[in-house]
Amino acid sequence: MRRALLLAVVLLAGCSSPDGSTTGPATSIVIGAGSEPENLNPVLGYAPDGAAKIFDGLVSRDASLALKPALAQELPTASADGLTWTAKLRKDITFSDGSPLTADDVVFTYRSVVDKKVNSTIASRFDALAGVVAKDPATVEFTLSYPYAPFAQQLALGIVPAARLTGTDINSAPFNTAPVGTGPYTVETWRKGDRMVLKANEKYWGGAPAIKSVTVVFVPDDNARATRMAAGEFDGTVLPPKLAQTYRDRSGYKIVRNPSADYRGLGIPSELPFTSSPQVRRAINLGINRQAMIDAVLAGSGKPASTPISPYLKDWYDEKTAFTFDVAEAEKLLDEAGWRKGADGKRAKDGQAAKLPVLYPAPDVLRKELALAAASDIAKLGIDAPVEATTFDIMLQRRKEAASVWGGGDPYDPDTAAYTLLHSKYAGQDGYVNMTLYKNSTVDTALDTARRSLDPATRKQAYHDFQEAYAADPGWAFLVFLDHTYVVRDRWNGQETQVEPHDHGLVHAVWWNLERWTPKP
Amino acid sequence: MTRGQAIGRLALRRLAFAVPVLLVVSFALFVLAKASPFDPIERYFGVRIIGASPERVAQLRANWGVDEPVVSQYWAWLRHAVTGDLGDSLSLQQPVSAVIGDRLGWTVLLVSVGFTLALVLGLLLGTLAAWRQGSWLDRSITGGCYALEAAPVFWVGLAVLYVFALQLRWLPGGGVTTGSEPVSAGGVAAHLVLPVAVLAISQAPWFVLFVRQNLLESFTQDHVIGARARGLPDHLVVSGHALRTSLLPFLTLLGARLPELITGALLVETVFSWPGIARATVEAALNVDFALLGALTVMATGVVLVGNLLADVLYALADPRVALDG
Repeated sequence: MRRALLLAVVLLAGCSSPDGSTTGPATSIVIGAGSEPENLNPVLGYAPDGAAKIFDGLVSRDASLALKPALAQELPTASADGLTWTAKLRKDITFSDGSPLTADDVVFTYRSVVDKKVNSTIASRFDALAGVVAKDPATVEFTLSYPYAPFAQQLALGIVPAARLTGTDINSAPFNTAPVGTGPYTVETWRKGDRMVLKANEKYWGGAPAIKSVTVVFVPDDNARATRMAAGEFDGTVLPPKLAQTYRDRSGYKIVRNPSADYRGLGIPSELPFTSSPQVRRAINLGINRQAMIDAVLAGSGKPASTPISPYLKDWYDEKTAFTFDVAEAEKLLDEAGWRKGADGKRAKDGQAAKLPVLYPAPDVLRKELALAAASDIAKLGIDAPVEATTFDIMLQRRKEAASVWGGGDPYDPDTAAYTLLHSKYAGQDGYVNMTLYKNSTVDTALDTARRSLDPATRKQAYHDFQEAYAADPGWAFLVFLDHTYVVRDRWNGQETQVEPHDHGLVHAVWWNLERWTPKP
Repeated sequence: MTRGQAIGRLALRRLAFAVPVLLVVSFALFVLAKASPFDPIERYFGVRIIGASPERVAQLRANWGVDEPVVSQYWAWLRHAVTGDLGDSLSLQQPVSAVIGDRLGWTVLLVSVGFTLALVLGLLLGTLAAWRQGSWLDRSITGGCYALEAAPVFWVGLAVLYVFALQLRWLPGGGVTTGSEPVSAGGVAAHLVLPVAVLAISQAPWFVLFVRQNLLESFTQDHVIGARARGLPDHLVVSGHALRTSLLPFLTLLGARLPELITGALLVETVFSWPGIARATVEAALNVDFALLGALTVMATGVVLVGNLLADVLYALADPRVALDG
């Protein structure tokens, strides 16, 4: 009876319902995204690394992550002391509301980000910024308080029109959900919690996009998203590797696996007596079978991590410092450090048992599986490694006596991932900086040199020195760099692989260069 | 004093009583949120908290006043709230009124249609089951109800999504429109079917079983036995005599089920990416977004209070014997 009723309701409504698998012209695309941006204002933290769709930065990145000029005529240049950076703006660029872009808009954007009253999540990227002024309507000058080589990397931040935001409270401005930018797309509607529709900016300075309409549907639940992708509602979506595999033999679809610099790593406490010795921390690094972890937990979608520098960053990565899985060497190091196995197979030194608790944030399933895998490898070395689910807050509080699974990292410059994580000046500070209280003066010097030198060769050498010093005295056991997997209908040309940061919702991801995709004939 | 006046007094008394209730509930909420293990600043930064400079994080804490005592935070919120200024949602970077305005309509639509359907199903199936007590019909209805009561709404949602959106492809699997098309009545109606059906069939079992139980009890009461003895047709006895008396407690159940309905709506909204307020509520709670959380709690409490008041008024109107003193 109930079934009959339900059926009747369903059939009635079915008459007016469009088929879920509408196949429109390939000039429009429907994307299923796993996460929804909180706002669309670059000042507050939307898309700080470019690919913002609605905005352009002074610079942007190509597929190999090399910087190229965008709103700037050419790449911004630094003075010899590295303290002054100058950017010349392209002429004849207008925002989507028709108003022209001037140096004042750039100045307003950067001043707002570092404004203490503005709740921007990216302000610490601009800690070096002392001031920004408009020299003339087409020239912007940034002054820094210390030489900061990766500064140009931070100039991919989208520029907002000053006229729209001056005098408003940026923290709750209507602009945050209905923005105006110079980018290839404009926001037509954003129904929060459901979808966002972007329309091509026909007057885009870089040429009007061939895909005229982009619908981004927000479905946080992986299974619901997979079902709706399978029902033909989406042209592309992000899926966990195992769910994406079901598309392997389906015609008309392709699986895209993009590498990322998004690491997961075990922060090992430097202050815990057991792990205070570099030998012990090296032993833990050698005793972890990272490849097995990738195969079992990530369905093969990942790369082993040894330092915060991703192996895909060929300019910086030093393969000699990678940890190979070597239990015998690990056991030897532990023996040498005085942690010897007792009759029960457990290691101890001077009556003190070898114990390292492993913590992970409870809601994160991936980190849980990584924590369990790492702890089981560590336990095989004769170390007691109990795994505990907890919160970030507690992980931070217990940083002196427990190892925790942390994550982060971006592929643009090693400085952003490594400096605050491993420089000793952050050890013991409040907040999520140098969570393991790691101190190594060679690492400090290398990180400082690399940060302050403008010469690429000097920087490269400094990062090699850093990786070498770190590998001899690792403060962490970096585990894996995750790959992000996508399923996309095979109807467009122009996709290029780019190493991704953690963020892969609407920006970055496989559709990072969507404005240059073209429909297949 | 006429009965109508008495009912009016009851309503006024209840509304006056609602004020301290709302105050206590909203304050309790602030205390609870304050004691929660979530740090709003951490949630706001997300992954960007890793490596964020301690000075910047401290600056944001000061901007938001998160480390102030809960009483002063509550007072600041209340002072503005009574003047109609609900403040800004820190987690969504929008005024709270805009957050609610964007979403409330969708939730009201979902919940009202879902609730009505659950009610109709409850009355219909409950009566059928009681009428044919012990038959295969009764057994399958009650069996189905117990199964649905035990099945998580989330799971039912995914199952329905799988069958109707993926296998049969009869209906869209989520949202309120398809692709980039604008909102239209027909389109929304089609998108409404699955979420409403899931909400209704997850709520209906309680009503079905309640109606069935009450009907069965009233079958043993004198007036029903009397009606049967007079040789009235069975369907008349059930609908005219038994159902009427067992409907009264049902009204109370309606009021009591409202909070459950809101919880159910939350899960349904998550599975079907319905752009309603329930999902914003979870976000607000996880982000310890005081302004948004405060407004939403007062709203939800208000709905429950008004729902119960309505149930009582209806009760009083339906049965003249019900006293109105307290």
